[in-house]
Amino acid sequence: MSDTTIDRPTFEALQETAGAEFVGELVDTFLAEAPIMLSELRSALAAGNADAFRRAAHSLKSNSNTFGALALGALAKNLELTGLAPAAAAHGATLDALDAEYARVAAALKELTRG
Amino acid sequence: MADRGSTGSRLLVVDDNKVNRLLLTRSLELQGHRVATAENGRIALDMLRKDAYDLVLLDMEMPEMDGFQVLQQIFDDRALRGLPVIVTSSLEGVESVVRCIELGAEDYLPKPVNPVLLKARINASLEKKRLQDQLKEMVRRFATPEVAQDLQTSGFALGGKRVYASVMFSDIRGFTPLVESQPPEETIDLLNTYYTLMFDAISSHGGVVNQMIGDGLMAIFGAPLPLPDHEASAVRAALEMIDLVGMFNTERVAAGKAEIRIGIGIASGEMVAGYAGTSKRATYTCIGDTVNLAARLETHTKTAGRTILIDGATRGKLPERVAIEVLGPVDIKGKSAPVDVFSVSLDQSV
Repeated sequence: MSDTTIDRPTFEALQETAGAEFVGELVDTFLAEAPIMLSELRSALAAGNADAFRRAAHSLKSNSNTFGALALGALAKNLELTGLAPAAAAHGATLDALDAEYARVAAALKELTRG
Repeated sequence: MADRGSTGSRLLVVDDNKVNRLLLTRSLELQGHRVATAENGRIALDMLRKDAYDLVLLDMEMPEMDGFQVLQQIFDDRALRGLPVIVTSSLEGVESVVRCIELGAEDYLPKPVNPVLLKARINASLEKKRLQDQLKEMVRRFATPEVAQDLQTSGFALGGKRVYASVMFSDIRGFTPLVESQPPEETIDLLNTYYTLMFDAISSHGGVVNQMIGDGLMAIFGAPLPLPDHEASAVRAALEMIDLVGMFNTERVAAGKAEIRIGIGIASGEMVAGYAGTSKRATYTCIGDTVNLAARLETHTKTAGRTILIDGATRGKLPERVAIEVLGPVDIKGKSAPVDVFSVSLDQSV
């Protein structure tokens, strides 16, 4: 696991302040919600809905940073800032990268909260 | 008990994102607060208008109604305006933060929210709100509902406006020898009971007590809110005050204490009413010849040996049936010509 997938100090600080058991539940919630945000990004892109696109990217960024998923957070932040405005074709590739990074984050979070 | 007033408060977390809601709620509950949540601005406003909360933690980026709209509505709603709002968001750009502050947000915390900062900001905001609530309570207790309402609606501004109203001055006769003859604790008890009775009589007739000086008080009828027949209301209040003092004396005599006597002066006319003082400390008061006359009439009760003295303007507006004794023109300090003075007969209901 690379440090940018899940930044350990951030994750451990979260466990320390909120309690490890609670963070386990929080991770479960994130793993249930994040796929919805990812699909919202794609459908907003397809529908040309800039508000929905920005909001989904914003939420994903915010949650990623909470768990220390820095790379995922950075990708999402980039999408939030650029929005739908520029060449939308480029977004397809970015969303693919986002999905791939999310898969790594999900695996890492499951690993970290197991037991 | 250093945390008293800052823990155990009722907070509302507004965030469309479930992870954020859960985490914030958890942090706040660990700090001892009671937390309710709303997933968008519309739900939040409904909840705020239904129940009382001490503080709101508000996300900005939300569907249906975003945080900016919520801030705007809280700001525009008189009942909600004092409610502290801490914006918790990961908004990009300083402009958004500035906009939040301009819309009245108390503070801004970027996400992910640092728990230590969160605690510090919340405690600071709650403390501020507690002081504001205390101030409101003080205004309510000491300034009467009318003045408090006037303050809330028109805000606090020094300076006055012309009103037509009645002014009453009242004090306890022979108060100084009384104070000297008894322990100070007893004097405080006496004053507290006396003021409670006088306030009750005055406010039940629509008057506003705006000054208490030792054993004396000043009350206004007809300002800050207009009062139809404020002249008769002032006289009715005066008669009730005398009645209450009579009942109070019965108790005092039974307890082996000296009776108290009061004198009341009432005058009616135009005056300037408003907040006088400095921007830091001011009282609602009335100024003008009419006010001076009422004060002189109260002083004159000693010379005249009467209890309630009123001026011609007040007398002119009283119903015919009110029993009045005409005392004739009296030289009043500060008046170039003698003033017609009338005594209101006691033991009558007006």
